[in-house]
Amino acid sequence: MTLLNSITVFVLAVFIGFEIISKVPAMLHTPLMSGTNAIHGIVLVGAMLVAGSADSTLEQVLAFIAVVFATVNVVGGFLVTDRMLEMFKRR
Amino acid sequence: MTVPLALSQTTINFTYLVAAVLLIVGMRRLSSPPTARSGNVIAAIGMTIAVVFTFLDPDIDSYWLIVVGMVIGAAIGIASARLVKMTAMPQMVALFNGVGGGAAALVAAAEFHRQAPLPGHLAGDGIGAMLFSALIGSISFAGSLVAFGKLQELLPGRPIVFRGQQVVNGALFAALLLFGALAGSLEAGVWIVLLLAGALVFGVMLVLPIGGADMPVVISLLNAFTGLAAASTGFVLDNTALIIGGTLVGASGTLLTVLMGRAMNRSLANVLFGAFGAVPAGGTAVAASSDGKSYREVTAEDAAVMLAYAKRVVIVPGYGLAVAQAQHAVRELADLLEKRGVDVKYAIHPVAGRMPGHMNVLLAEANVPYPQLFDMEDINPEFPRTDVALVIGANDVTNPAARSVPESPIYGMPILNVDEAANVVVLKRSMSPGFAGIDNDLYYEPKTAMLFGDAKSSVEKLVAGVKAA
Repeated sequence: MTLLNSITVFVLAVFIGFEIISKVPAMLHTPLMSGTNAIHGIVLVGAMLVAGSADSTLEQVLAFIAVVFATVNVVGGFLVTDRMLEMFKRR
Repeated sequence: MTVPLALSQTTINFTYLVAAVLLIVGMRRLSSPPTARSGNVIAAIGMTIAVVFTFLDPDIDSYWLIVVGMVIGAAIGIASARLVKMTAMPQMVALFNGVGGGAAALVAAAEFHRQAPLPGHLAGDGIGAMLFSALIGSISFAGSLVAFGKLQELLPGRPIVFRGQQVVNGALFAALLLFGALAGSLEAGVWIVLLLAGALVFGVMLVLPIGGADMPVVISLLNAFTGLAAASTGFVLDNTALIIGGTLVGASGTLLTVLMGRAMNRSLANVLFGAFGAVPAGGTAVAASSDGKSYREVTAEDAAVMLAYAKRVVIVPGYGLAVAQAQHAVRELADLLEKRGVDVKYAIHPVAGRMPGHMNVLLAEANVPYPQLFDMEDINPEFPRTDVALVIGANDVTNPAARSVPESPIYGMPILNVDEAANVVVLKRSMSPGFAGIDNDLYYEPKTAMLFGDAKSSVEKLVAGVKAA
């Protein structure tokens, strides 16, 4: 993929990100922050790619910690958000 | 382990597109109350798809590191998400955000190490993005840990400032840019190590001078930072899932930060740099103003009688309610009052508690009927007609100084105009100031009665008192 393609994807994603959030009631600020917090755990994909192709011990160590960190981010993030939102269910 | 099955890059990119669509749909649904929970599930499914298909990437030739790392990470994530109390959610989000930023920085560092031995390899498109994610990821990691420390009260919640702080921070940031430039041009590991370490220090320095009450805004900002760091690892690794996922959070997080600031009538710059210089003068002035004033204490029985014979009662919940887990007791009190024909409303300040929406979550847990919850704009005109405003562990969001004392750190923040009610009953542990460290003149008003004690036991006493009345 060329750099230009990447930049195109980036710019479009910026617009979508802004668009989605533009009208959010204050009571959803916390769950939404928590939910988007889980979404940036997508960095797990990057950590996996680096860990799976690491050549040296140093890279393996760094990538391993990255996998642990990113997994905590993803799993913890989604579960905590769900716990918050569970409380809104009887509406 | 060997690769059992590898898909082509095109196929994997297609699954990333599916994952990205699910993340976007999930976020869309997260931003509306009735669909929020399903939105979170949809986003999680999108994430799962991205992760599962990454296992089938042809570049991956070793699985054990990934599998062991994910098992450990999942165990930590599940345990902490399950065990954390509702009151401690904000700092939990800060921690999860921090480790995400740390992961992005580590990915960048590992990738730098892999590419550095090949001369000229680093000079390509990826190096800028690599250094950016190392920098921003580290700042987010360290900043989030400090935010966690402040919210967990391991660190003082007050702004920590010292003379020349801005100069130090400016010099530090200049040094970071220099380290980045050297790391990119010389392609030597020492510079990226310095960049990472310097960014950690900078992250700490960025958050230390910010008061505890502003932490939600800071966490939201760092959340956006981590998103951008993740997106830039996507540029490094040529990975659309990372670019889209990270950028969505970076963009939405930035806007969310601005919206939160707006709810407190603060600009982002004011949140980040407001403490500099202002604190010494403001702090002494405010402390001095509380000297020689007296307040009135009330027994639970008397307060209960006031409530029982009132026509209109507005309950103002705050962090004290959350800490004491008093939401169920409060609901019982409200139900009792309603049975006696008292009109009961809840006034929800957008930033009551430690995070926007904190009170909504707690009251929803106690099954408080949604129509009884009123936003600040809707409830403020009601206060002059209110007989008793019952303030439960809320402090800064009721402080009239926000309207009248320009020197006050919270001046300009929209507040609940509790002082316009005929009577105010404040449930509070002691006379100690609130999270922002500011004295509250409301407590010295003649119409205000203080009921000291843990919010839950106080409310339970009120319940008993109303039953007897």
